[in-house]
Amino acid sequence: MVRLQAKELQIRYGDRTIVENLSVSIPDEKITVIIGPNGCGKSTLLKALTRIIPHQNGSIVLDGESIVKEPTKGLAKKIAVLPQTPESAGALTVGELVSYGRFPHQNRFGRLTKRDLEIIDWALDVTGTKFFKSHPVDSLSGGQRQRVWIALALAQETDMIFLDEPTTYLDMAHQLEILELLQHLNATEKRTIVMVLHDLNHAARFADYIIGMKFGKIVKSGPSEEIITKPVLRELFQIDAEIGEDPRTGKPICITYNLVRGD
Amino acid sequence: MLNYRIQRIPYSIKLGMSVILMMVLFGMALAFGAADTSVKDVLSALLSTAPNDQAIMLREIRFPREVAAALVGAALAVSGAIIQGMTRNPLADPGLLGLTAGANAALAITVAFWPSVNYFGVMLTCFVGAAVGAILVFGFSSFHPEGFTTLRIVLAGATISAFLYAIAEGIGIYFKISQQVSMWTAGGMIGTTWNQVLLIAPIVLVGIIISLMCSRQLTILSLSEEMAVGLGQRVRLIKSILFVLVIVLTGASVALVGNLAFFGLMIPHIVRAIVGTDYRHVLPMSAFLGAAFMLLADTLARTINAPYETPVAAVVAIMGLPFFLYIVRKGGQSFS
Repeated sequence: MVRLQAKELQIRYGDRTIVENLSVSIPDEKITVIIGPNGCGKSTLLKALTRIIPHQNGSIVLDGESIVKEPTKGLAKKIAVLPQTPESAGALTVGELVSYGRFPHQNRFGRLTKRDLEIIDWALDVTGTKFFKSHPVDSLSGGQRQRVWIALALAQETDMIFLDEPTTYLDMAHQLEILELLQHLNATEKRTIVMVLHDLNHAARFADYIIGMKFGKIVKSGPSEEIITKPVLRELFQIDAEIGEDPRTGKPICITYNLVRGD
Repeated sequence: MLNYRIQRIPYSIKLGMSVILMMVLFGMALAFGAADTSVKDVLSALLSTAPNDQAIMLREIRFPREVAAALVGAALAVSGAIIQGMTRNPLADPGLLGLTAGANAALAITVAFWPSVNYFGVMLTCFVGAAVGAILVFGFSSFHPEGFTTLRIVLAGATISAFLYAIAEGIGIYFKISQQVSMWTAGGMIGTTWNQVLLIAPIVLVGIIISLMCSRQLTILSLSEEMAVGLGQRVRLIKSILFVLVIVLTGASVALVGNLAFFGLMIPHIVRAIVGTDYRHVLPMSAFLGAAFMLLADTLARTINAPYETPVAAVVAIMGLPFFLYIVRKGGQSFS
């Protein structure tokens, strides 16, 4: 089943068209990864699908209803979104920040119910950030901080989580830690996860479905085996890649690559 | 780390202490002044209706003045916190965003063309001026196709404030009313009457209560606009409400005490160093500490050089600056 799909989407910033005539379906309860060169409209697509920014033409439908019609809080109960490198959380403590994940579920006066507190606790627990609950977010390391932001998205208790480059600025081990956490959430909680990633090998390893974008259009989408291939990568990134098989996961892996010169 | 240890004290205790501090300073403000009074005098003035001179002086002069000081302190601190939160700019203060300059210019124009204006008229003028100043600043900074950024707001604020001050000064010189205008704008709390206080109090109190109701929204907005949308906030609506609150709170304060640059910038910084950046905590604390600080400043203004008044703006600056510098130096946490 597909709950979220876009048809003939056009997205503009001012008079600059970023995404043109794009149609996409997000497979449910799967991990979808969007890849593509800088400026190809990956983040823009992510933002439009979550209604952070408006789209000009075409439609985005969630559960049979256009997302334009969805009330703001209603949408925030279905989709959580982590923008690229969120701003500093100042001196907010981890517990305070994550508690704001309950915002869409609260009424005007915003008292946290027992259930809210349980979910906040669970979100801290599953992301391994419970220990830091009373620490200011900004006193944590990059990897810890990223896990806290993910805890915030989890506390939102949505079926779908969108993340824009969740591994940026992290070292290799911490990148893996974040991706494994997301994989775990997908496997155990059946959360639909959509993220933009730059590392092709991470995309190949963690995605059930990859969307390859260039110039605001989808070049090709499908499982890793169909996307992380010599011809597709050549078209997407202008690289001549050597593709092998990861001996541990069996997924395709980009061993080395060169820029394609000339034509 | 000092900040860290302070942050671990439960919030309710900190808030309780700031309330107590405010009440103690209020009592002190009533007891000390140019005219000699004791705590006993204050109590009897408050509790009985004995018509002696001292009681009348306390009830009719000092009491309304200190209520006004507390209200203005709270209003400026809360509006400063709101504007810093919503622009994510630690340097934002109502003065930088054209509010004070707008009120100033409007006041000069009114005094020039309508010299017999009464108190209510002055207050209304200040409100309108503050609103026009703010609208000019945000209007100009949103000309850019990508909307306003904090940098553009600050630049437009500085430019338009300079322009509005120039207008006020020009009118002041041309109509020879500089002195009257500066009496209003630098007058502090001198001569505040119950009538004035009763006019301002409901506005300020309602403004602060609505602000407190918006405090969660403000925290979310202070993270980033995208975050706020993602969490289901109706960003445009909330921003408009917050703007109106800032204009109302600052307008009321400027109408009552004139120009108190720096106050709205300083108090929220001190508060954040104590309670962190969750505006659920920052706003109530700003209200109480703002009130406390203003009471202290006004008490000093009345007593340092009694029976002459020292401008309260000067007292605020002299008291606040070292404290503020200390916070900035300590500070990684106070903002970004």
